[in-house]
Amino acid sequence: MKLLTFKGGTHPPEKKELAKDKALLRMDPPQFVYVFLSNHAGAPAKPVVKENDTVKTGQIIGEPGGFVSAYLHSPVTGMVRKIDKLYHPVQGRPMEAIVIERTGEDDWQLLEHSDWESLSREQLLEVIKKAGIVGLGGAMFPTHVKLNPPTGKTIDTFIVNGAECEPYLTVDHRLMLEAAEELVLGVKIVMRILGAKKAYIGVESNKVDAYEHLKKLCNDSSIEVVLLRTKYPQGAEKQLIYAITNRKVPVGGLPMDVGVVVQNVQTVIAIKQAVVDRKPLIERALTITGEAINNPMNVIARIGTTIQQLVDFAGGLKENAEKLIMGGPMTGIAVNRLDLPILKGTSGITVLPHEAEPIKKPCIRCTKCVVSCPMGLQPYLLYLLGNKRKYDQAVEEGLMACIECGVCAYVCPSKIDHVRVIKLTKRVYQALRGGKK
Amino acid sequence: MKLIQSDAPHIRTKDSVRSIMLDVLLALVPAVAVATYFFGWYALFLCLFGAIMGELIEWFIVKVLRKQKDFSFDLSAAVTGLLLAMNLPPTAPWWLLLIGLLVALGVAKHAFGGIGQNIFNPALVGRVFLLISFPTLMTKWITPLRSFTKAPWDAMTSATALGVLKNSGFSEAIQRFNYVDLFFGNVGGCIGETSAFVLLVGFVYLLFRKRVNPVIPATYIGTVFAFASVMYLVNAERFGTPLFHILSGGLFLGALFMATDMVTSPMTLKGQAVFGIGCGVVTMIIRLFAGYPEGVSLAILLMNALVPLIDRAFKPKIFGEVKV
Repeated sequence: MKLLTFKGGTHPPEKKELAKDKALLRMDPPQFVYVFLSNHAGAPAKPVVKENDTVKTGQIIGEPGGFVSAYLHSPVTGMVRKIDKLYHPVQGRPMEAIVIERTGEDDWQLLEHSDWESLSREQLLEVIKKAGIVGLGGAMFPTHVKLNPPTGKTIDTFIVNGAECEPYLTVDHRLMLEAAEELVLGVKIVMRILGAKKAYIGVESNKVDAYEHLKKLCNDSSIEVVLLRTKYPQGAEKQLIYAITNRKVPVGGLPMDVGVVVQNVQTVIAIKQAVVDRKPLIERALTITGEAINNPMNVIARIGTTIQQLVDFAGGLKENAEKLIMGGPMTGIAVNRLDLPILKGTSGITVLPHEAEPIKKPCIRCTKCVVSCPMGLQPYLLYLLGNKRKYDQAVEEGLMACIECGVCAYVCPSKIDHVRVIKLTKRVYQALRGGKK
Repeated sequence: MKLIQSDAPHIRTKDSVRSIMLDVLLALVPAVAVATYFFGWYALFLCLFGAIMGELIEWFIVKVLRKQKDFSFDLSAAVTGLLLAMNLPPTAPWWLLLIGLLVALGVAKHAFGGIGQNIFNPALVGRVFLLISFPTLMTKWITPLRSFTKAPWDAMTSATALGVLKNSGFSEAIQRFNYVDLFFGNVGGCIGETSAFVLLVGFVYLLFRKRVNPVIPATYIGTVFAFASVMYLVNAERFGTPLFHILSGGLFLGALFMATDMVTSPMTLKGQAVFGIGCGVVTMIIRLFAGYPEGVSLAILLMNALVPLIDRAFKPKIFGEVKV
């Protein structure tokens, strides 16, 4: 069978075998949880609880702080201890987090709405908003915004991103095997919200078991399961859309410009759980993996659980652990402390062992970065221009089209860190323009 | 145990500059072996001498002259040294190679800033410098010896296939150099250039290892073939056949291993095609209409100079870019 794919990309060692056969384990709620007010893209939430308030599991503790923002819920039943600043791994600076001490078994406060089949599109969107659902693949973009394109944009296709192209991570794979029914029901709900006639579930060819399992459940022709070539970054939104629908999202545009909305597997399952089971988003599944963790596994943990608790649950770090990454190794964020909590978008904890520092050389113009760039950019050139602070010229060469997937730096034999410089150049350019679009 | 912070991506390919250069060296091994068979032990000596002295000279330039602290043997200078040796006649004295290497590494490479910074292919700069400075030594060709123990200075001198074509015409040339000998290398010429066959074998290894792509060699050799075909129709006796042109001289060595030098060739596939076509046209103009019988070195150097322009003119298409 022909595998769907895009142009460019690379194929790093998959390392999925570490955890792909480990069924999801539910971790007991920890004694303390740390819930960042900024647990999503956009404006941080506004806290609606204060110190010493008692909270139930699922009770709203934060309200959206803007249009692009999300509700927050207490992941445990207990008492708010304080609202304090804590280093935010994604933002890279201290941000406010609500610290809740667990005092007993879960006393749930579920969402309140009538039977989902009787709800209108707007009511369903409101349920998703009230459930605090954001993109669980990592971007954490509020889902109720993404599922509600402005008038004039019609969506005919919904794509579920089951590519899981990041090496090491296996959580979406497990969910597609263990929660496939929920996923398919979630797809139907989203299709109704979007008014989309067609949905695809894209699965990389290294997860054939998940592909076949889902295929059995999708006997309705409106939902098609498709097999994608195992290649990084197959799960990048624009590349995924191109592989499946042959449509190209214009530079600077969004998937809705070509009539498509993409959601990660776990986000769709969270939508189902909110709409059907009335459960707000207070926990997520993630992979704890890497060569330097004793017992790689897939777990379901409450939002705000610390890395330390997760690492202990997975048997602890090995002696040679050197890098602890929130997310996967291609785009994840390396942190040097274990007391940080996971966010709604933390899809994994990857712990890598010590490795000799690679020898850095100047660019030898081998063309690997140009050939591999999934966006058709010239990373070596953007790196040069960025270092020379030629921002306007870098923008002309397509700087803003970069999706920061890291392929250029991965394939570089000279070990040049293109993507670091490109990210920095983008940020400086935007700051210089005063945030104007 | 201490956790370190770093920027994504946190994993890197195992490929390095050294592993690429090692593969290039390995790809040249068959050509060196065949050269040793045809031209004797001295050819092998020159190849090894070139590669080893290349690394030593680079070490001296980087550590002593440029006073840089971080030096690692990346084997790029060994490739330069080996290629320069392969571009010399089998009779070349060792000191000639040494002078060529000093020019190649000192002037063409490190005066421009070292690896990755040079505009011109260092080995070719070294060769052309020697060709202009020592024209007699650089054109002293011999007939193949086919013996490891013989030394090249015992051999009979002979002209190269392209030299005979230029001076005596095609019927004379094809009588002395048949296609089979040209293909397998049983003819006079530079140490490493005579056998198109083993050079191809080495190049296929590089293709297999995904170190190069075939665009430049294909367009370069293809252009020479097309150009020669047209000229064959014009005057077969004076210009020779297209097959004779692609199998003679340094075309395979140049197209497969010199024009494909990463540092001095374009970054995009379209640019590489233009570069290859340019190399082919210039090579044929020199071969057929200029003073030298062979034009591969000069053609590649000329196109090297155009690479920045080619890179500017031929860019990849940005994914999703809308034509305005």
